[in-house]
Amino acid sequence: MTLIGKRLETQLHDKKPLYTDSEAKAEAERCLYCVDAPCIKACPTTIDIPTFIKKIASGNTRGAAKTIFDQNLLGHSCARVCPVEVLCAGDCVYNAWEREPIAIGRLQRFATETSTAPGQKPLYVAKKNASPKKVACVGAGPASLAFAGAMALEGHTAVVLEKRAVAGGLNTTGIAPYKLHAEDALHEVDWVRGFGVEIKTGMEVDADSAKKLLAEFDAVFLGVGLGADTKLGIPGEDGAGVVGATAWIEAMKLDATTPSTKDLRVLVVGGGNTAIDVARECAQLGAADVAMVYRRTEKDMSGYEHEMEGARVEGVRLVSNSIPVSVVRDPNGKVTALRVARGEQGKAVAGSEHDLPCDLIALAIGQSKLHELAKHFPGVELDAKGCIKADPATGQTGNAKVFAGGDAINGGKEVVNAVADGRNAARTLIARFTAKA
Amino acid sequence: MADLSIDFAGIKSPNPFWLASAPPANTGEQVMRAFDAGWGGAVWKTLGDPIVNVSSRFGGVDLGTYKMMGFNNIELITDRSLETNLREIREVKKRYPKHAVIASLMTETKEDWRVLIQKCEDAGVDGLELNFGCPHGMCERGMGSSVGQEPKLLTEITSWTKEFAKTPVLVKLTPNTGDIVEAGQAAVHGGGDGISLINTIKSIIGVDLDRLVPLPRVGNASSNGGYCGPAVKPIALHLLAALARDEVAGRVPISGIGGIGNWKDAAEFIALGSTSVQVCTAVMHYGFRIVEDMIDGLSNYLDSRGMKSVNELRGRAIPGYQEWGDLDLSYKLLAKIDPKKCIGCQLCVTACNDGAHQCIFTGNEEKSRPPHAHTAGKAKPPSPFPIGLHAGNRVPWVDEPECVGCNLCALVCPVEGCITMEETPSGLPKETWNERVAAGRGKIPGGIHD
Ligand SMILES: Cc1cc2nc3c(=O)[nH]c(=O)nc-3n(C[C@H](O)[C@H](O)[C@H](O)COP(=O)(O)OP(=O)(O)OC[C@H]3O[C@@H](n4cnc5c(N)ncnc54)[C@H](O)[C@@H]3O)c2cc1C
Ligand SMILES: Cc1cc2nc3c(=O)[nH]c(=O)nc-3n(C[C@H](O)[C@H](O)[C@H](O)COP(=O)(O)O)c2cc1C
Ligand code: SF4
Repeated sequence: MTLIGKRLETQLHDKKPLYTDSEAKAEAERCLYCVDAPCIKACPTTIDIPTFIKKIASGNTRGAAKTIFDQNLLGHSCARVCPVEVLCAGDCVYNAWEREPIAIGRLQRFATETSTAPGQKPLYVAKKNASPKKVACVGAGPASLAFAGAMALEGHTAVVLEKRAVAGGLNTTGIAPYKLHAEDALHEVDWVRGFGVEIKTGMEVDADSAKKLLAEFDAVFLGVGLGADTKLGIPGEDGAGVVGATAWIEAMKLDATTPSTKDLRVLVVGGGNTAIDVARECAQLGAADVAMVYRRTEKDMSGYEHEMEGARVEGVRLVSNSIPVSVVRDPNGKVTALRVARGEQGKAVAGSEHDLPCDLIALAIGQSKLHELAKHFPGVELDAKGCIKADPATGQTGNAKVFAGGDAINGGKEVVNAVADGRNAARTLIARFTAKA
Repeated sequence: MADLSIDFAGIKSPNPFWLASAPPANTGEQVMRAFDAGWGGAVWKTLGDPIVNVSSRFGGVDLGTYKMMGFNNIELITDRSLETNLREIREVKKRYPKHAVIASLMTETKEDWRVLIQKCEDAGVDGLELNFGCPHGMCERGMGSSVGQEPKLLTEITSWTKEFAKTPVLVKLTPNTGDIVEAGQAAVHGGGDGISLINTIKSIIGVDLDRLVPLPRVGNASSNGGYCGPAVKPIALHLLAALARDEVAGRVPISGIGGIGNWKDAAEFIALGSTSVQVCTAVMHYGFRIVEDMIDGLSNYLDSRGMKSVNELRGRAIPGYQEWGDLDLSYKLLAKIDPKKCIGCQLCVTACNDGAHQCIFTGNEEKSRPPHAHTAGKAKPPSPFPIGLHAGNRVPWVDEPECVGCNLCALVCPVEGCITMEETPSGLPKETWNERVAAGRGKIPGGIHD
């Protein structure tokens, strides 16, 4: 699918633009080139960070990109979306020294983006495999792409089935545009496609197709992510003016007919990173007022501190200890307010109800699990939280032929965790196929 | 991926990257770890009669936040017994038959050389390197650089070793000499199969201002030592190029040493004639692991230039190294400042005004040229006057008729691509100083006798 029209996301600009050559070199020169570097351990895909940074410093940008991609094929989107503050850069020794940590994400973006730009010589050529196997992926998100890319590079046939019209998973449909725009996510998808991965969009895997996949392929990888936004279950919730956070973000990123939040009063319900993202996106689009409504205190929020700080700078308010009770609508059905009760330890205090006036309410209180799909694959089990059970080190589920990774097994972490899962599953399978061949 | 393997006077190596004779090549255990990391060869820490070292022995010069831009040492040759070293060499060669192991040697009498060479060759070394370069401690005992500085002695001792050696002999030269070509030719005349350079430069690294004792301090004293690391690279490049283009010295392969820390440094040495390159300080600073980028970066560079082998790069920059008198006096560059990139720091203004040719100005009005200007009248600002994207009206301008194209402004400018030196037709035919002298126009008015 090509992206068309003036989509809202095009109004939001890159917060950390691509470094120029000399900016990259200057930042790279700051790296101490630590031995047994803590940043490597903090990266879920254990990229050899000091090595790639030294390569940038020496002008070997291509080599730097290889060092990254050898561990993480989606090193470009990770460079742009990873919360480095709590991952690699958070463990940079400069922090303890009270100096600015190395901008690892930006350096990684520099290496990966310049080395995969149109016109660059390919970094990888898929191997010719004497006994190629066939693997299928369900979902075209980061987990599946990392898996399929690695399999294709080994010379296996990798087919990816995606229910949406666009590939890339949340990288394309969910990431805040000031980190990564959909077109850049799709550029990365095309890069992986270039290894020989076949991606079929508009193909939802159901009971029938699951059976077929198991019959026709040597292995199947489930990278289906999470389902629809969870609802509050309060009166007045259904109807115009109340949107699910990820649904709204997807529309904002991809659908040019989505109305802007400019000049609106927006309430975002939730205290996680998705809530902060929606709040920041609305604020950057020019909303008159944006407030996050959270049931507990600020320190209980699961959203990152650095993200909340960024939101505040953009004018987002936090209304803590507030529990939604109902959505208030005027006689025409237009939303006018969210009625909330004061919360104590997350519980509503009777009689404390009051209205927070607003034009739009976004619900960011979680996403459902896609339990249904697992049932179509015999032997694949769910854990108590409804996630698919798989060993993250190998991706193996209860069915020897079926692997899984990403949000579907961890309940919703980061892109880099999904990539690590996909890669680990591919490594497991490659070793298995090689041993048998 | 380009082929990085080399043949150095018969010594085969999977790539041109060798450890220099120094602490990183002190023991078999280190050399084997280095080979595992990717190094193609190692020149063993100099063998001879074991010595005693002092504490401390190293000193460093930092530049800004960069540590050890320059490095010096007052360490001597190996302090371990010959027998131990030879046993380890034998072990390394057995386990790594395809890697190059070269014994660096230093001793005195002809008989000592004979015994030392025979023992090393029996242990299986692929070649020998004569340490005629150590500028401290050993030279006072009549060895090291005291040989390298004496061409006759250098030829004589080299020819002794050639009487005994079955493997190739590399002569390692000292930079502490007036004329490197003389030393290089002496090595070739003695029968040397190859040359290594540079060893360290005689130096005092600094002074402890509290104790008022030179560094590195040994109690209440120090001694002159040998200087190396990134700071010495330009000196090494020049000495290398001087030998590589010499008719006699340039006949044998050269192992380039001095300040090499990454593939780019190595590529420059190779372009100026090195067959292999040796590294000491960068390994002491960052460890054996740096070779991965050296291999990767060099092969990416060769690929990008369409070169199939590192041998295609060797010596490619030598023809461009010429006498000053053969440079084209009519070639002209002009500094151009890009208002879109300028940040208005005006470092170029001060640099040109105080340190070059007084031809960068600010402000949208005519400026008086300095009294010594070559061009008559006032300097005129460009029209339309450049308004900077970041710098507004702080963007400086170049008085082009007065610009001599020296590079200084571009060198001090902190912004990439902001000041470029652009080729400008001078309207004059190509003419070198030597041609001018030959044509009888070598005298410029205003000299001592005018
Ligand atoms: C709003 C939001 C912002 C985020 N921001 C960040 C961030 O800044 N940084 C970060 O690291 N992480 C972020 N995350 C998390 C990150 O996006 C996910 O962890 C990651 O995308 C998970 O990858 P995945 O491959 O497991 O699943 P997904 O990316 O969700 O991909 C799953 C794909 O499977 C498809 N699918 C599902 N069922 C079927 C089926 N039956 N048949 C065919 N296809 C199917 C879906 O359409 C989807 O395309 C964010 C998440 C959200 C919701
Ligand atoms: C601590 C130290 C010890 C050295 N010992 C020797 C030696 O035993 N024999 C020798 O030929 N050169 C010796 N050298 C010189 C190095 O081999 C090399 O020529 C020099 O350091 C320049 O290279 P670099 O800039 O990569 O360090 C020594 C250098 C250092 C720093
Ligand atoms: S580097 Fe090692 S040998 Fe040298 S002073 Fe430090 S601890 Fe001692």
